[in-house]
Amino acid sequence: MNRFVQSINVNELIRPLGQLMVFSLGSAIALSGIALMLALVLDQTAVGLALQDKYNVTLYTYTLINLPQVVIDGLTIGFVYAAIALGYTMVYGVLEFINFAHSEIFAVGAFIGVEFLIAMDSSGLLRSASIGMSYLLLILAILLGMVAAGGLAVTVERVAYRPLRGASRLVPLISAIGVSFLLQDVIRLVEGLTTGDFNRIFPSFGNFDQRLNFGKLALGATNINLGISIKSIIVIVAAMLMLIGLNYLVNATRIGKAIRAVAQDRHTASLMGINVNRIISITFLVGGLLGGAAGVLYALKFTRIDPFVGFFPGLKAFAAAVLGGIGNLTGALLGGIVLGMLETFAGSYMGVFTMGAAGSEYKDIFAFSILILVLIFRPQGLMGENVGQKA
Amino acid sequence: MISMTIRQLFEQINRGYWPYAIILAHIVLGTAMVYSTPRSSIAFLVLITSFFSLYYFKADIRFKIIVGAILALIVIPIVGVRNIFYLEVIFQVCVFAALALGLNIVVGFAGLLDLGYVAFYAVGAYLWAFFGSQQFYVLHFAPGTQPSNLPFLLPGDAFYLFLFLAIIVAAFTGILLGLPVLRLRGDYLAIVTLGFGEVIRVLANNLDKPLNFTNGPQGITPIQRPTMPETVVEWFNNVFGGMIGHKASTADLYNVMFYFFALMVIIVIIFVTRRVDDSKIGRAWTAVREDETAAIAMGIPLVRMKLAAFALGASFAGVMGVLLAASRTFISPESFSFMQSIGVLSMVILGGSGSIPGAILGAATVTLLNLQILQGFSLYLSELRQSDAVIPLINFAWRDLSTQLDPAKYQRLLFGLILILMMIFRPGGLIPAKRRKRRLASDQATAEQ
Repeated sequence: MNRFVQSINVNELIRPLGQLMVFSLGSAIALSGIALMLALVLDQTAVGLALQDKYNVTLYTYTLINLPQVVIDGLTIGFVYAAIALGYTMVYGVLEFINFAHSEIFAVGAFIGVEFLIAMDSSGLLRSASIGMSYLLLILAILLGMVAAGGLAVTVERVAYRPLRGASRLVPLISAIGVSFLLQDVIRLVEGLTTGDFNRIFPSFGNFDQRLNFGKLALGATNINLGISIKSIIVIVAAMLMLIGLNYLVNATRIGKAIRAVAQDRHTASLMGINVNRIISITFLVGGLLGGAAGVLYALKFTRIDPFVGFFPGLKAFAAAVLGGIGNLTGALLGGIVLGMLETFAGSYMGVFTMGAAGSEYKDIFAFSILILVLIFRPQGLMGENVGQKA
Repeated sequence: MISMTIRQLFEQINRGYWPYAIILAHIVLGTAMVYSTPRSSIAFLVLITSFFSLYYFKADIRFKIIVGAILALIVIPIVGVRNIFYLEVIFQVCVFAALALGLNIVVGFAGLLDLGYVAFYAVGAYLWAFFGSQQFYVLHFAPGTQPSNLPFLLPGDAFYLFLFLAIIVAAFTGILLGLPVLRLRGDYLAIVTLGFGEVIRVLANNLDKPLNFTNGPQGITPIQRPTMPETVVEWFNNVFGGMIGHKASTADLYNVMFYFFALMVIIVIIFVTRRVDDSKIGRAWTAVREDETAAIAMGIPLVRMKLAAFALGASFAGVMGVLLAASRTFISPESFSFMQSIGVLSMVILGGSGSIPGAILGAATVTLLNLQILQGFSLYLSELRQSDAVIPLINFAWRDLSTQLDPAKYQRLLFGLILILMMIFRPGGLIPAKRRKRRLASDQATAEQ
């Protein structure tokens, strides 16, 4: 026992936690600053006056009142993106291949988790569940989603990607797009045949919908409500645990060392006695586990899911991975958080700042614009090193 | 084993005068079947597949051209006017064949995976939709609130001008998108083009404010068509009226006209593609596709060559967009989704990337699967649902089958299966490109040594 405790590399547990804190706080402060500055600048223009006419608040106060909620929402979705982005980045790091089907692996995780909870709900277990029991059920749902998604990821790799290893780069990518489309319709087919409806709702149970209020912050004449919903806390804590766990796996264990070795040079790694196929399967498994858990968390946060639910989160998570520097785990965290924040800020404030000309309906393409800008000006991403194309 | 026997049989038949007889028999059989049973899809498939026997059997090229022209220009319009649904199917096949040929230049020749190809199609469609409808006068009205008696901005015959304008505008859009992203590696390019496709769709959906350019999700309607002189309708009825059996209306003849336009675009695309493929640019594309680094070393201007492919592919999609807007008189953002892009990609991959007959075969197969077979299957299932039939053994009544199970809506499944299966089992496609065939053959030769 003692030896086991000693063998734990504490440094590897604390370091990612620190990084997460720095990234979250940094992006929150930076974006809040920008939003408030913009508000101050626009306050005296037509934009501010229009708002004053309508709701009798200055733009600055409006921005300030909404700020805490926006930051928390941004963090929550940012952590979900980060968890999905890790799946992309791990596979890309090892195989230099965009696993396009990762978004559907995420969706399958969400469906399995939600279906499990719906089954529990119809058996009456959810309504009578105590608080502790409901947390247990939620954890069980997340675990089930993880297992299903992980298993699916490994299967997909075995069936649709492994036969194509060594072909030109676009061949497995096209196959991955095919898998993504196939899985979307398979989910729809299975759901349609078994339940007759493919829009599923996360059942409401436990105390997840409540809000914790920390009281009010008085700023001049306005009060800002400080609070956070329990859902968001669960999503953030669960995502943090996963991210720390993954970081530990990759940086402080034997398997992690093997994964890094395969990522660096597949041939040399196999000469060193590493079973490359096994390591690649494990990489897909880990990515799938993270994606599945992220799926259930996403369903918890946004309640409604359909077979195409994975598409946009998947693309955004990919954008996040590229933003952070694809193949780089810390970068995926940073990219996910920054992108989630940026998107939520844009979605909440753009409508007001442009007087309703361009509002939250452009939220979904915001990620693409960032992706294009990053690829043009800093293709290696925020944290990536400039490495040449692998031969 | 079986495929070997079939191939031997095919070789045996495919010599002397046999091909001429088979081709003619196939066409006559198809025409007769469609003529006697205008509603049967099997008859229709027999007629359509006669194009394949025309392609596959060895015959004099002049014979092939003449028979093909008679088939495409006379037989199909007559059969199509008799049952307008067939003309619609054939028009769709032609539209998708043109799109597949355009994408084939980008994906097949230059090796750039474009997942947002439909965006250029949308650019062309919205170009004519804006200028060829009343939309210009609706700019300051929210969707649904415009007065009813607005004038049209341009006469319908401006359509012809816009066919050419669309080439320029779509090519320009392609260059604009291509300039920043074509430096990227192939897989990044795929994602960025996907993103661009979504950007165009979201813009089409939301540019109904602050100024109403696209009329939002409701789409733009009515869009004008070029004028059709009465004399043409009369002439058509005088000459072919007896064979059709009923009087062809102006609407029928519009369908024929757009079918001819689509055919013309296809012929132009094939001509241009073949000329370009054999030129310096085509060779440069092949070099870029096979090995970028080596291509740069040989002094090929990489970005300029990629831009050329992008712009050429985009311009063809733009023309088809104008054609679509005019033939439908209505467009909405729904027609330009990511699924459409993947649909066109699956046509190119199925037929064989880089292969002109392949792209046409792929487009025909996928479109027919979608429009005829999946929908036929849907109809069959709904008939079963209404009957009292029961699946034997498991004792499951068809009536209880969920109405969600509608095969016509499972296009993604079809596209996905095509992409995966082709990549694993036949990456060269059904009709591999000639150059690729050569390369594969030499690969095998070296492997055997």
